[in-house]
Parts: sequence; structure tokens; C-alpha cells
Amino acid sequence: MTRRPGFAVYGLLTAFVLGSCAPLYWSFLVGSHRREDLSSRVPPLIPGGHFLANAQRAIDAVPFWKALGNSLLVSGTVATSVVFFSTLAGFAFAKLAFRGRNPLMVFVVATLAVPTQLGVIPLFIVMAKLGWVGSMWALIVPGMVTAFGVFFMRQYLLDAVPDELIEAARMDGCSMARTFWNVAVPAARPAAAILWLFTFMATWTDFFWPLIVLPASNPTVQIALQQLQSGYYVDYSLVLAGTTLASLPLLALFVLTGRQLVAGIMQGAVKG
Amino acid sequence: MRTDTHPVPPVGDAAGPASPTGGTRPDAAGTGGPTRRTPWRSRVSRWDARLSPYLYISPFFVLFALVGLFPLLYTAWVSLHQWSLLSGQGEFTGFDNYRRVLEDRYFWNALRNTISIFLLSSVPQVLIALVLAGLLDTRLRGRTLWRMSVLIPFVVAPAAVALIFGNVFGDRFGLVNSGLEAIGLSPVAWHVNTLASHVAIASMVNWRWTGYNALIFLAAMQAVPRDLYESASLDGAGKVRQFASITLPMIRPTLLFVIITSTIGGLQIFAEPRLFDTQGLGGSDRQYQTLTMYLWELGWRVRDLGMASAVAWLLFLIIVVFALLNLLLSQRAGSLAGRPHGRARRQGAKP
Repeated sequence: MTRRPGFAVYGLLTAFVLGSCAPLYWSFLVGSHRREDLSSRVPPLIPGGHFLANAQRAIDAVPFWKALGNSLLVSGTVATSVVFFSTLAGFAFAKLAFRGRNPLMVFVVATLAVPTQLGVIPLFIVMAKLGWVGSMWALIVPGMVTAFGVFFMRQYLLDAVPDELIEAARMDGCSMARTFWNVAVPAARPAAAILWLFTFMATWTDFFWPLIVLPASNPTVQIALQQLQSGYYVDYSLVLAGTTLASLPLLALFVLTGRQLVAGIMQGAVKG
Repeated sequence: MRTDTHPVPPVGDAAGPASPTGGTRPDAAGTGGPTRRTPWRSRVSRWDARLSPYLYISPFFVLFALVGLFPLLYTAWVSLHQWSLLSGQGEFTGFDNYRRVLEDRYFWNALRNTISIFLLSSVPQVLIALVLAGLLDTRLRGRTLWRMSVLIPFVVAPAAVALIFGNVFGDRFGLVNSGLEAIGLSPVAWHVNTLASHVAIASMVNWRWTGYNALIFLAAMQAVPRDLYESASLDGAGKVRQFASITLPMIRPTLLFVIITSTIGGLQIFAEPRLFDTQGLGGSDRQYQTLTMYLWELGWRVRDLGMASAVAWLLFLIIVVFALLNLLLSQRAGSLAGRPHGRARRQGAKP
């Protein structure tokens, strides 16, 4: 494992990466051909030049812009809220002494093993009682803080904030809130960015819960995709043009932040 | 809350609060001298230190009580009643809902499908991810770029993956069948044949998660001391032998962690099979209806929340049983609690 890798390693990796990109290219390819050209054969492997026209048809077929706005609003709000509350709780668990700290932390970790969506039925009943079914509140509120987020921030802050700094701030007469804001928050930034990204993506790609609580007229991007494919005859040039279009925001995010995503996954695996 | 985060106050700066603005709460003592604290101020400060931690952790506990714990317990309550989506709570029926579920052939069908898809998607995936991590754990040129590239599928939403693969695995003019015909094989009825549909759905999951898991394995592999490999080389062990005898045992806790999280996610798979065809019920005879799809159909098609809740609890038990089996099968339970992973997911298969 210490020698420079040979041709075989690069060859296998290249094959894997090509396989990773192929379905996306295929989606774009089908989306770029006219519907009638697809009705009886597999399209040629070069783009057909009708992508924008097909994408326009997809945008007209479903409330596309509304879905995009909803997804951005929900994912952005949830991610920001998770980062804020998780940093607060993580700071308390990592750096502050209080009675019951360890049992409470164990409890937080234990909840990680509970698949919360098994509570969808009562959650739906609760949302109906609150009058939130069909609104974005039903998507935002349940995700505002997560056990994983609390755990992740605690692990990070354990090493990132020296106890002396907190003591010094307290000696200088900082209130707890100011200590948090001036000492913990700046130190937590790298981890906060990673947590924000992963939460944003998880919320953006969620399908089950939005499908249950949202009506067709007020969808998220994922639910709009589901609407594209309805009826007995599927117009694939429209469906896959829409799918390609809907995948662009996260791909753009990936281009900007791929490095942090990789770091986040690799950090999460070895910490602890 | 002030929003300007100015640098940490210099340690040992006896001049008290360095910034002109006071704390976040107006305190009665005004800007009391920092060196000689008034009793009132120190009392406030003590309460601040005592209560703040509870205040900071309370949002999680309050929200978990509302959207986690309460729904889970309430699910048990609903499952013991007649309960319709439209008319609400009916009479208490004890375990009748469970009996009806267990007598429904579609429940057993969904259980079979779920386990079948889960096995088809987790076994090959872990194996491929291990190999891929081994390839990445070399002195590559452009290391970061390779790592990013294997993560591309992860940023495509399951719903989008399902639509793309639904087309690729089209029965009549799909890419896969065209390829099969081109090399002289007969086409496969991906949407009709039970096993074939499971393979198609598992391939979506595999495509999306293999690179992600490979990076988790890679991180664990990098923590393996390099001199172990060197001494193995001196002893004449080849690459494959080193991988089997050193790498695998060393990353075992991580392996276990990935398998358990895969189980918890994989048994709840929903979006991929739901969108594999246009009807969303798992095929003409429910060939690929999974447990979560079955729950959804009972609750929002049949509108029987009582039965759906019974399914939710059964699914919970099944997940617990599988997770325990995993633990038992791997003799050494690695320290699981200490391994986070980038998922705050409420839905989405994670094999």
C-alpha cells in the first residue's frame, strides 16, 4: 500500500467514476431527444439538442418554480436551525458541567437508533390537529434539531474549544450566552459547515414525509418529480429533462462544497 | 444575541469586558467593576452557569418528545383501535389490527420483498465499497478529485435516481434490455418479474451509496498503521493477503457500523420502489412492494390508520431484531456509540 499505484488501479477507478456519471448523462441524453424519437428505439449516444424545449415542457407540467422555492426554504431553514440548536446543545454537553450530563447524552445517542418515521401516523394526526398539513411548517418543525447533529457537534467541540478559554471568558465577566457566542461559535465553524451541508442535502432529498403531508399543488422538488411521472404513458423526454433540471441545484452545491462533503464523511467515520 | 463575532477576549486581560457593550442581559449592577464583583452580580452569574446548560439542551429534548417519542408511543395506541384517516378514532379493538396484518398475504409479501431487496443491495455494496476503498487507499495523483468523483451519485436524490433507473430498466426500450439484445440475449421483464425488479431497485441503492460507504471505509483504512503492511511485505504477503489479514480485521468496527446503519435504512426503503413504475404500489401484483410502501398504502390508500400503525410497530420490531442479529453475528461489537455519520435522515434508504 505504499508503492505508487499502477495502471490497474487507475483503470478500475476510472471505470467506477464513469459508472457513477453514466446515469446522469443518460438522464440528460434522453431529456435532449424529442419524444417521438424515443417511441420505438434507444436514442443515439449523442445529445439531441431539444433539452431546453423538453425542460420547458416539464416546468409547465408541474408547479416547478414553486417546488424549487419550497425546497430551498425548507432545506435552508431546517439546516440552519439544526446547526444552531445542535451547536448550543453540543457546547453544553461538551464543555459545561451540569447534573445528569452523561445520562442525558446517552439518551441522545440512544435516540439515534429510533427510526422516527415509524411515528409518521401520529405525526400526521398531530399536524392535522395543528392545521399544518399542506404547509411547509409540517416539513420544517419536525426537523429543527436532530440527535445526530447534537452528537456530531459535541464530538467536535470536545477538542476544538480549550477549557481555559471558557474559564477566561467567564473570569472576564462574560455571561454564558456571550461565552457561547464569542468562544464556542467561532471554534465550531468548520463542523457547522459540514453539518449544515449534510442536513441540507438530507432534507432536500427527503421523499416519504413530504409525499404524505403535501398536496399536489404545493410540492417540494422531489414530489414534483413524482408528479411528472404519472398516468399510463410516460413521456420520458419530459420526465428525464425535468429530473436532470431538478438534480442541478445539488450538483452545483457539490461542485462548490465537494471537498467538505468528503471531509465530513471521512471525519465522521474515524472520530469517537 | 449580538451578531458580530469578535475575537476571543485576550486571556488575562484584567481590564474586564473588553468590548464596550455589556452582556446579553441588562444586569442591575450596570457595568460593575470587573475586578470587584458585587454579590448580586455573582449570584446572577452562578444561576447563569447553573441553568444555561439545561436551557441549551432543552430544544432537542422538547422536539424529540414532540416528534419522536410521543408519536412512537401514540402509534402503539392507534394500533389498538379502529382508526380511519377520515373519521378518526373508533372503538378499542385490542390486537385485532395486528391479527389482520399478520393474516394479510401482502404483509408477508412485503416482508419478503424488503429483505430480498435489502440483501441484494447491501451485500454487493459492502464488497464493492471495500474494494473501492482499497483502491483509494493508495498514493494516487489527484487524491481529492478521485474522492469527490466517487461521491457524485450521493448528491442525486433517490426520487431522481428512481426515475432515471426506471427508464434504464425499461421493459421494452430500456437501455439494459437493448444492450442484452445487442449481444444476443433475450430481454428481461424488469417491471414484471419479481427477482428482476428487486435487482433493478437494489442497483439504484447500490449506485447511490457505494461511493459514500467507500469513503467511510477509506477513513478507517487510513488509520491502520503503515508499518503493519511493511512487515507483512517483508514476510512475503501479497496485496490480497495483506488486505484480508490486516486491513479487514483492523476496520472491523467501522464495517459493523456501516452494516447496522445500512440495516436501519435499508429495511425502510421507500422512494426507489415507489417510483419504479407509475402506479406506485409496487407492481401489478405487488412484486416489489416494500414494508414502508405497504404501510403507506394501508394508511393513505385504504385509509386504515389502525392497521398502518400496527405495521409501523411490526417494522420497528423487525429492525430491532435485524440490528441485534448483526451485533450477534459480529463477535466483537465495536464501540458503536462513538461513530457519527453524515446523516440526519428521516427517510431514505441507507444500505
